[in-house]
Amino acid sequence: MAYNFKEIIAEKPSRFTAGHRMCAGCGAPPVARMILRALKPEDHAVISNATGCMEVSSFIYPYTSWTDSYIHTAFENAAATCSGVEAAYKSLKKQGKLPEDKHTKFISFGGDGGTYDIGLQSLSGAMERGHDMVYVCYDNGAYMNTGIQRSSATPKFADTTTSPAGKVIPGKMQSRKDLSMIMVSHHIPYVAQTIAVNNFKDLYEKSEKAIYTEGPAFLNVLAPCPRGWGYPTDMLMQINKLAVETCYWPLYEVVDGKYKITYKPAKKLPVEEFLRPQKRFSHMFKPGNEWMIEEFQKEVDKRWQELLDLEEMSNKE
Amino acid sequence: MSIRERLSGNEAAATAMKQINPDVVAAFPITPSTEIPQYFSTFVSNGTVDTEFVAVESEHSAMSACIGAQAAGARAMTATSANGLSLMWEMIYIASSLRLPIVMSLVNRAVSGPLNIHNDHSDAMGVRDSGWLMLFSEDNQEAYDNLVMAHRIAEHKDVLLPLMVCQDGFITSHSIENIELIEDEKVKEFVGTYKPEHYLLNDKEPMAVGPMDLQAYLFEHKYEQAEAMRRAKKVILEVAEEFEKMTGRKYGFFEEYKLDDAEIAVVCMNSTAGTTKDVVDSLRAKGIKAGMLKVRVYRPFPAEEIAKALSHLKAVAVLDKADSLNGAGGALFEDVASAMYVGGNQVKAVNYVYGIGGRDTTAKEIETVYTDLEEIAKTGKVENPYRYLGLRKE
Repeated sequence: MAYNFKEIIAEKPSRFTAGHRMCAGCGAPPVARMILRALKPEDHAVISNATGCMEVSSFIYPYTSWTDSYIHTAFENAAATCSGVEAAYKSLKKQGKLPEDKHTKFISFGGDGGTYDIGLQSLSGAMERGHDMVYVCYDNGAYMNTGIQRSSATPKFADTTTSPAGKVIPGKMQSRKDLSMIMVSHHIPYVAQTIAVNNFKDLYEKSEKAIYTEGPAFLNVLAPCPRGWGYPTDMLMQINKLAVETCYWPLYEVVDGKYKITYKPAKKLPVEEFLRPQKRFSHMFKPGNEWMIEEFQKEVDKRWQELLDLEEMSNKE
Repeated sequence: MSIRERLSGNEAAATAMKQINPDVVAAFPITPSTEIPQYFSTFVSNGTVDTEFVAVESEHSAMSACIGAQAAGARAMTATSANGLSLMWEMIYIASSLRLPIVMSLVNRAVSGPLNIHNDHSDAMGVRDSGWLMLFSEDNQEAYDNLVMAHRIAEHKDVLLPLMVCQDGFITSHSIENIELIEDEKVKEFVGTYKPEHYLLNDKEPMAVGPMDLQAYLFEHKYEQAEAMRRAKKVILEVAEEFEKMTGRKYGFFEEYKLDDAEIAVVCMNSTAGTTKDVVDSLRAKGIKAGMLKVRVYRPFPAEEIAKALSHLKAVAVLDKADSLNGAGGALFEDVASAMYVGGNQVKAVNYVYGIGGRDTTAKEIETVYTDLEEIAKTGKVENPYRYLGLRKE
């Protein structure tokens, strides 16, 4: 059935309710809502959440925004915690201790801090062990919950509170880690990179595949942060669009080792279109710093080309 | 009829786990507890148990997976030692705060550094205030019996706290001794099935676990944990009584060995109690009124009961197999001394740190402790309350 945004919104009520305390203009809540809408209405879900903005803003005792079962334990272990829940499900199901006709799905949410960095080991372990779960990284490119410190997902030159753009060092001096590719190297059944654009079509379809593919799946979702990135709160969806149109954040999926780029811009925009509205890159636009934008563009071009090559290579007969 | 066997402490623990047949076991190998998940994996591979075995990539993930599994509605178990427990440390506190009755075998070993794989109690002492129930075991039999009783205590509605069963690394974990096992069916019936009131996998009642818990509530939630720990004392004794009916083996908060009419006594835990009993016997043969108190239930700490049991003595020595590095006494000493003080008990007390990093503690050395106690009893003076036993001086 063709994707129909209005029908999905009308027929599938949000499983992540209003009243949470995430910032206006934050990219994460729309992502969480849409991913959960990809669940079949009759299926139960257990959400495991790493410590971070999403967790501290959505489950402040005694209130919760989650209508499914939910567990948060610590920062670095959302995947390991989820793997325990999934193992319990398998065991109890096998022993006939749970109803046969009901299905539970398992979804973990972690920010880039809890996923690229402190939680990488736990994620890698859970994926390698083959648990039937989806790990979703909502990547906002820094430790936003503690006040915008750099992470290994922070793009080069970004101004953060632990990589401040100063007189001698112009922001973060290292490039981003490519976590999606690391997850592809785990040879799990499904890996995708996505974002909330074009009526959430790409995000919804990939979420559905991830949730209903048996075995471990990984979704990397770019989720902008108005405080950390420095854009006006009403500009969220535009920023998302620019990330895709400049190929800063390519949309693709890898199934059984085959790469498929799910969106190729007809005309790739220069990356400065994505950089300019964001305060964290403002120092790059000062006279004399043109080299920074050039270098950034080169890196984006190189990674995009690599992806095009991988798509071609992996689909050769 | 019970089954007579010869098993090492680790085999005994694994056997208890097999009979308990937990829904999930998540564990990571670390000497000297490695054998427990090894033996257990064999049970899983051969279909002897219904358990999902999660071969995690670290102990932090082991405890995280146990928390996930237990919160999901399953009975979860694990085993570890020393640095494995250190790596779990964050999750140890979270497990108890979530009131999840996870059961762990802790095979005691010195915590790094420097690296050492042998027995002392520094691992257990590092989590003594984490909200876990802690049972100590003198030998393989006690390690087995304590595990059989563990779920009944931990899962009791008045308790709902995780529980660890400690035994001495190598000294008991790798020594083969005679043991009396209970029949599978009897264990199954004794342990019973796990029926949590609320659990994640109940689709009829979704629940959220592990909130942000701020100034308005955390204090009360911590108080509830403390209350559960206090209530556990009654449950531990009730379960022990039922266990005695089944096996004839009697357990309390502690074991008193020739303590009734003793004038001097040693307080210790785990395998050292075996050596100490021998020493007590030989001293008794010489007419010396020596006794021993072996702590089985370390958390909750039976302060009142211990103070009372020691109140008639002239002098008491507390042996700590971990140095607290606090410039004062070891943890067990501080607990016993404060229990006696609060209980209005003025018995002279002295502390010995011993057996660090697996240093052998001989009967001869323990005898010197009793000799010291005789001196203290005679003079009524304790020159230096913080002492070392078996420490080389040069």
